[in-house]
Amino acid sequence: MERKVPRIEGRAVFDKIYFPVVSICASFLVGGAVFALLGFDPAAAFGGLLSGSLGSVGAWGETLNKAVPVALTGLSYAVAQRCGVVNLGAEGQVYIGALCGVLVGTELNLPGPLHILAVLAASFLGGAVFGAIPAMMKNRFGASELITTIMLNYVALYFVHYMIAGPIKDMDATSNYAQSKQMLETAQLPRLIPGTRLHAGLIVAIAALLFYQFFLFHTTRGYELRVIGLNRTAGECAGMNAKRNTLISMFLAGGFAGLGGACELMGVQLRILENCFNNFGFDGVAVALLGGNTSGGVALSSILFGALKSGATKMQMKSGVPTATIYMLQGFIILFVVGKKLFDYHKLQGRRKGGK
Amino acid sequence: MAYLELRHVTKRFGSVTANDDVSLSVEKGHIHALLGENGAGKSTLMNILYGLYAPTEGEVWLDGKKLDIRDSKQAIAAGIGMVHQHFMLIPALTVIENVMLGYKEISKFRLHLNEAAKRLTELAEKFHMPVSPWDKVENLTIGQQQRLEILKALFRNSQLLILDEPTAVLTPQETTDLFRLLRQLTEDGLTIIFITHKLGEVMDICDQCTVLRQGRVAAANLPISEIKSHEQLAELMVGKSIDLVTHKQEAKPGRTMLEVKDLRYTDGEQVSRLNGVSFQVRAGEIVGVAGVDGNGQSELVRCILGLLRHYGGSVILDGTDVTGKTPKEILEHGVAHIPEDRYKMAMVKELSINENLILMSYDKEPYSKRGVLQWKEITRLNEELCRKYEVKAPGVGEIAGKLSGGNQQKFVVGRELDRAAKLIIAVYPDRGLDIGTTKYIQTRLVEERDRGAAVLLLSTELDEVLELSDTVLVLYQGRIMARLPQKEAQRETVGLLMAGVSAVSEGDNL
Amino acid sequence: MEELYNFLSSLIRMSTPLLIAGLGLVFSANAGIVNIGTEGFMLVGALMGCAGSYWTDSALCGALIAMIATMLFSSVFAFFVLNMQADQTVVGAAINIFASGLTITLNRLIFDTTAGVPVINTFVPVPVPVLSGIPILGALFNQSAVCYLAFLAVPVTWYIMKKTHVGLEVRSVGENPRASDTLGINVIRTRWWTILLSGLLSGLAGAYMSMGQMSFFVEGMISGKGFMALAVVVLGCYSAAGVLGASLIFGAGMALQYRLQAANTAIPYQIIAMLPYVITLVAVCVMIRKSRAPAATAMAYTKE
Repeated sequence: MERKVPRIEGRAVFDKIYFPVVSICASFLVGGAVFALLGFDPAAAFGGLLSGSLGSVGAWGETLNKAVPVALTGLSYAVAQRCGVVNLGAEGQVYIGALCGVLVGTELNLPGPLHILAVLAASFLGGAVFGAIPAMMKNRFGASELITTIMLNYVALYFVHYMIAGPIKDMDATSNYAQSKQMLETAQLPRLIPGTRLHAGLIVAIAALLFYQFFLFHTTRGYELRVIGLNRTAGECAGMNAKRNTLISMFLAGGFAGLGGACELMGVQLRILENCFNNFGFDGVAVALLGGNTSGGVALSSILFGALKSGATKMQMKSGVPTATIYMLQGFIILFVVGKKLFDYHKLQGRRKGGK
Repeated sequence: MAYLELRHVTKRFGSVTANDDVSLSVEKGHIHALLGENGAGKSTLMNILYGLYAPTEGEVWLDGKKLDIRDSKQAIAAGIGMVHQHFMLIPALTVIENVMLGYKEISKFRLHLNEAAKRLTELAEKFHMPVSPWDKVENLTIGQQQRLEILKALFRNSQLLILDEPTAVLTPQETTDLFRLLRQLTEDGLTIIFITHKLGEVMDICDQCTVLRQGRVAAANLPISEIKSHEQLAELMVGKSIDLVTHKQEAKPGRTMLEVKDLRYTDGEQVSRLNGVSFQVRAGEIVGVAGVDGNGQSELVRCILGLLRHYGGSVILDGTDVTGKTPKEILEHGVAHIPEDRYKMAMVKELSINENLILMSYDKEPYSKRGVLQWKEITRLNEELCRKYEVKAPGVGEIAGKLSGGNQQKFVVGRELDRAAKLIIAVYPDRGLDIGTTKYIQTRLVEERDRGAAVLLLSTELDEVLELSDTVLVLYQGRIMARLPQKEAQRETVGLLMAGVSAVSEGDNL
Repeated sequence: MEELYNFLSSLIRMSTPLLIAGLGLVFSANAGIVNIGTEGFMLVGALMGCAGSYWTDSALCGALIAMIATMLFSSVFAFFVLNMQADQTVVGAAINIFASGLTITLNRLIFDTTAGVPVINTFVPVPVPVLSGIPILGALFNQSAVCYLAFLAVPVTWYIMKKTHVGLEVRSVGENPRASDTLGINVIRTRWWTILLSGLLSGLAGAYMSMGQMSFFVEGMISGKGFMALAVVVLGCYSAAGVLGASLIFGAGMALQYRLQAANTAIPYQIIAMLPYVITLVAVCVMIRKSRAPAATAMAYTKE
């Protein structure tokens, strides 16, 4: 066999860095232009964003805290996508996961570390089972997950709202807001670095990223999942069970999202409030897409999105740019990532392969 | 001056030159063959003529005028019609909707389907091609679809008709009918370009021929009278003299490896695809199934492999009844499968060669242990396999989709044959490959037979079946029409059986 | 009696946005486009309708501004999906995320939300003479002009799709773009205008939600209706008549939801609020088998 591996791999590695970097730069450029168009000062906005997210140790802690749940919802989208399923339902899975977590975290009495593990397990399972529902609908009826996952988000949202307004409402609270009881102290994540709010959810996220990497590329089950995702027919011809893989991928997807809910619950919110996990699902979609559904990519892009979220408040304070504009930036980032043809330098070299 | 002239046409796709300085001329009223191997640049050249590609260099002259065609719309307006190898029909629409698509001579806005249907019927009657305008195209046979494609071109008043491999999907009888129609069309003043890689057809029907080899003209405008033999044409096509025959010894069949009993299958649309198919394949023999595409071949294979459930009858593999078992269980019984469409069924083009080569054995030792893939061992074994099966690639880490079609098929064949399977199911294993790779794969299949494997070969290419098989089965509308030993399988007889005519040999062959 | 009249009236009002957006999607879906960005389109339409009405003091002008703004917005989707060949679902998701940020920001910039909800001109019912007097069924003829237009657009859409070159080209592009190309049909251009048209109509659907069902824009107010419009098209087997039927079924579910909430039943409102979503889920599972998507759905097309 001929050996010309290095050249090809070198270019592939370059592409892997080139496209995301260019896309992000383009997003900030276009985003800045839009800010200017809306009458804001882009320099002040981005300055606020930067100092609010990375300007101090505390800000770094905040950024990582925000990165934890979106890394997990990012994995949720990614693991489903690897099997060819589009999971737009991470949001609902986060809510149901958190709901299960809150039950364990407020009603059970367990010693510290064990209690945390129990909450994680409950949230994982809750999210996973809820995530498996659209997979079953797809397998059994052929119902498109694009529609079912979104509809289930609303079902989950209203169900959690019902629970915190009724059955699990915190009756001792002074206000009459719909909210759950607070997590018991044994079910709260410890702070990792004194002086920051950085909590141990980071360890959960890192463990999940490592598991994702190992599962996909080093286990037979992960291999099956990828084959089915890329070419279902070929997988079936090789004796793989496509429906089972769909179910497994959505089970894991729901589980990851559930873990995201648990970390946010035990590390930040400490109870469920109305709408407290909103947008986690679509943040995850953006993270996974920017990260190319790889563990390293998800890790890096979750930090970026964490920074956007944590810096947004300071941005609003400093320049008056509303925090919601962060979503416009996110939208641009995804568009430029998937529209990478826009920046394709290969095109200039004319790399079309010949027809017959 | 000839009716159509291509002058020094060159087409480059990036660094690849698909056509290199091609010149040829076609006389009015002639049938001109364009001959060449897969990948010789025939289709590219015709797509240039039809406006789908723009030539990098060169000119096209039609009927004394220089053509500057930038899209197919202009080609159609200039009187050029093309019947593609893969029909450009829309199955979900009706016949008349397909005909009217893009045809705005009657009205620019409304479709006026009734009026168009009347015109179509008249046109069809003129050339003795009955059509029903209101049928959905998905319900037509392949032959009918081809006639519809020709009618579509005639409906648009085409004067120059390009047919890309038109006989690949037809029975010998349908081919004869097609040739008769083509003659009638040329008498009517049409000019026809006939793309093919079948040497016999060139001699049968064409007036002149042009041979392409690796994008260049090997011989231009050769009158048929000057061609002495198939070998002469083959040599022009390939560039060296080649042996057209695959050599093999007499088969020494052993015990029965595959037995199919009274297989029946009805698909989701209540169409009966298999109507009681029974046959056996013994160790050490190649059983070929001849038949026009769509007569139950893919259903037959999928039933045997367990990819279809809910079929009637039974499948017995080496003495074990595997009816209704999952694909996994059936593969474990020692079945190898070279499918007709490797992109769809046998490989994942986004994954590396390494990952593709373990597709069938990823869950077995030494490839994996307790659910964990052993990449070091996998890479070592696969590098060996690539060497053995002559796969040309930079390394096993290369993305499979980047290899040439021939090399992809080689690693698929290598993966399947390397398992020393008891039963090998090969479906059109050399579709779209050049003569060299075709011969290579055919030789490997014969070697597997001699090793003692049972080989079930399905192909729509009748010549391939007749040449390789020790026993020939003919499949027509989900039935086995005949079982013939190789010696008795004459082209003509099998051709008739493929078209459902069994009167010639009724009873005495089964 | 009164209850039935109200239900029917509410049914029509609830169905209308799904019908309008659904009819737009009939074109783009038949051309092979899966546009989950409809949700974002409607959000932009809902905001721009109110803004237009706020600026011009005319609900009609508001609707026109909503339609034009959303159509421009949809060109972003079209560009990335058609010219950049990006994944349709992903671009749709990006559009939704972007639209939620954009509308919240614009909402705060255009209107002074600190001073309470501005009062704008909204769509008013235009009773049809005589017909609106019929008991119960009169509810059908006491709606805003947009409703009548939406229902009249059903036969028009049907005619275009089945009886004209334009409709045939749209269908062929969704079924087999390569074949359409060989017959001289410009695949990309056809898909472009179907997306713009669906953008235009989604804008109107959104404007109807903020100015016909409600009286002002609320952040995140579309809450899944764009996805329901998508479901309506699939369940309606990609035909205008089917979309009408499916919209009415979903509309009935939502009307029922509002009647139940108004009726002060013992069921908690959060559970009642799930109703439209649960109906969509059930419908998608039970009825989807009969529907066949165009063969080239969600596949990008490149001319070789």
